[in-house]
Amino acid sequence: MSLRSNVLDLRKRKKEVQKGGGDKAIEKQAAMGKLTARERILALLDKNSFHEYDLFVEHAAKDFGMEGKTLHGDGVIIGTGTIYNKPVCIFAQDFTVAGGSLGLMHARKITKIMDHALKMRVPLIGINDSGGARIQEGVNSLAGYGEIFFRNTLASGVIPQISVILGPCAGGAVYSPALTDFVFVVENISKMFITGPSVIKSVLGEEISMEELGGAKVHAEITGNAHFYAETELECFEQIKTLISYIPRSNLKKALAHKPKAPLKGKAIDDIVPVDPRIPYDMRELIKSITDGSEFFEVMEGFAPNIIIGFGRMDGETVGFVANQPMVLAGVLDCDSSDKAARFIRYCDAFNIPIVTMEDLPGYLPGVDQEHAGVIRHGAKILYAYSEATVPKITVIVRKAYGGGYIAMNSRHLRADFVFAWPTAEIAVMGPEGAANIVFRKEISEAENPEQMRQLKIQEYKEKFANPYVAAAQGYIDEVIEPGETRSRILHALQVSENKTASMPNKKHGIPPF
Amino acid sequence: MEDQKELKNLIIQGAVYKTTYTKKFENRENYETPNENLIYSFIPGTIVDIFVKTNQKVKEGETLLLLEAMKMENQVRMPFDGVIVKIHIKKDEIIPKRHLMLEIKPA
Repeated sequence: MSLRSNVLDLRKRKKEVQKGGGDKAIEKQAAMGKLTARERILALLDKNSFHEYDLFVEHAAKDFGMEGKTLHGDGVIIGTGTIYNKPVCIFAQDFTVAGGSLGLMHARKITKIMDHALKMRVPLIGINDSGGARIQEGVNSLAGYGEIFFRNTLASGVIPQISVILGPCAGGAVYSPALTDFVFVVENISKMFITGPSVIKSVLGEEISMEELGGAKVHAEITGNAHFYAETELECFEQIKTLISYIPRSNLKKALAHKPKAPLKGKAIDDIVPVDPRIPYDMRELIKSITDGSEFFEVMEGFAPNIIIGFGRMDGETVGFVANQPMVLAGVLDCDSSDKAARFIRYCDAFNIPIVTMEDLPGYLPGVDQEHAGVIRHGAKILYAYSEATVPKITVIVRKAYGGGYIAMNSRHLRADFVFAWPTAEIAVMGPEGAANIVFRKEISEAENPEQMRQLKIQEYKEKFANPYVAAAQGYIDEVIEPGETRSRILHALQVSENKTASMPNKKHGIPPF
Repeated sequence: MEDQKELKNLIIQGAVYKTTYTKKFENRENYETPNENLIYSFIPGTIVDIFVKTNQKVKEGETLLLLEAMKMENQVRMPFDGVIVKIHIKKDEIIPKRHLMLEIKPA
C-alpha cells in the first residue's frame, strides 16, 4: 500500500463516521427542525476553525445485543476551534446516533475535552441533544454523568462554561447545564426536566405537555434555569458569539478590550428618568445611554425582570451591570431577583469583570408568598455576593435607595469602591410615606385633619431625609453628581480601579446562603 | 414590550408606585389561614380505604383513610380528638392535590 492509498483509506473512514447516524436519522433530525451536531459546530465556530478529536471512538456496550452494533463517534462530537479568533473547546451530542444517548465512551469523550478546556484555560461549550443515559450500559452511563458533573464543578469559576440545549436534556443530564455559567435555549427545540410528562402523569395524575413542563420559555421565564432564549438555532449561535466577545478566556485573564465608542445620541439622560420616584422608566435606556455604542447585552431577560443584569462596554472594556428595573414591580428585590443578581455578581467577580450597579428600588417585595419562599435566605445571597466580590465595584444611586435595598445594592458598607448619587437620590430607611406614618404617628392621629397632617409630615420628612445629602455628609456616598456626568465619572472610576487589590480572609471557601 | 403594558399600582410601605406586574406576581396565591376542620389531600392519588363514618367520634392519631400516591399508601390521621362531620370522598376515587376529603370538628 502506498501512502496515497493510506490517505485515501483514512478519508473514506472519516467520511463514513462523519455521517453520524446515517441519512435516515439525519432526515428525521431535520424534520424536527433541528440541525445536526456537526452542522451546529460548523455554524457556531469561525469558518474552517474546527478540529475534531476522538472521531473513531466506538462504544463499549456488550449487553442487550449492543456488541455487534456500530455507533459512530459514540454519539458525540468533540473538538476545538475558535469564535472571533478566541479558542474554545466544544462538544456536541449527536442525536442521530442512538438518540445521543450517553454511554461510557460517549462520556469519556466529553470528559476528555473538559479536561482539555480546564488545562488549557479556554471556554467550554457543550451542545446537549440527548435522550439520556444509555440504559444498555447500566451504571457505566451513570458514572459518565458523575464524571461530567465533577468536572463542571472543578472548572466553575476557572473557565467560562456554556451549555446549549438543542434537544431533549432530561433526568440526571440536566445537572451538567445547571452547573455551568450560561444556559442557552431555543423555542420548540429545548426540553429540560428531571421527570418527563409521562412519569408525572402515571405517578401524580397531572397532565402536561413537554413544552409546558420544560420548554425554552419555561426555563427562560419561570424557572430561571436558562440565561438566553432564542427563536432559532442560528439566533442562539449569534448570542453565544456575542457572549464570548464580552467575557475573558479564563479567570487568569481580563476580557479583551474593544475599540472605545461613544454612546449613541439618544434621549438626554435627564429626560429618561422622571423626578417623582413613584413613576417608572425603562432602566435599560439609562444603561444604554452610558455604554459604548449604547450596546447592552442582557442576561436572563425574561426571568425576574425587576432586576436587570448584563454586559456592556465602557471605553472598550467589559463591564457587568446590575440594575433595578422600576418598570417591573417597581424594581423591588425578591427571591428570584436576588438569586439572579447574586449569581451574576459572582460570575463577574470570578472573571475579573468590574461591576457597575444602577440603583433605584423601594426595598424588598412584601408578601406571605415571598416570606414563605425564603426571601430571607435568597435576599442574603445578594449581600453575600457583593461583599465577597473584589473586582472594582461602582454604584450609581439614581433615585430611591430605601432600607435593606440600599444596603444590598452594593453600598459603601459592602465595600463598594465608588458610590455616586444623583441629586434625585433618596437614601433613607424607608420612603417618606411609610416613615411619616411611623415617626409622626401621634401627631397624625391627634390632628384635627389627619390626612392633611399626614401630607404635611410626609413633606417634612421628604425635605429632611429624601435626598442624597444626609448620606453624603456621612461619606457613605462619595459624590453627588449631575446625571449628565454619569458616564464620565464611571469611566474615571474604572480607570482608577484598574489595579485594585483587595482580598478576603484566608479560607477554604465561604458558606453562601444557597 | 413593557411600554405597551398598562401601568399598575404597587404599594410598598405606604407609597404607591406605578409599575407593571410579572406573570409570577399575578399568579401568586393569596395566603389563607388553614382551617383545621377541613382535611385536604396533600398529594394527588387514589382513596384506597375509608375507616370512619359520619358522626363517628375519633381519637387523635387514629387513621381515617388511606390515600395511595407514588405507589405508597399514606395514612391520613385525625389531628385531634373529634367528630367526623362530613365525608367528601368515596372508596377508589381518584382525587387531585388539595381536594377536600373530610370535614371534622373537635369534640
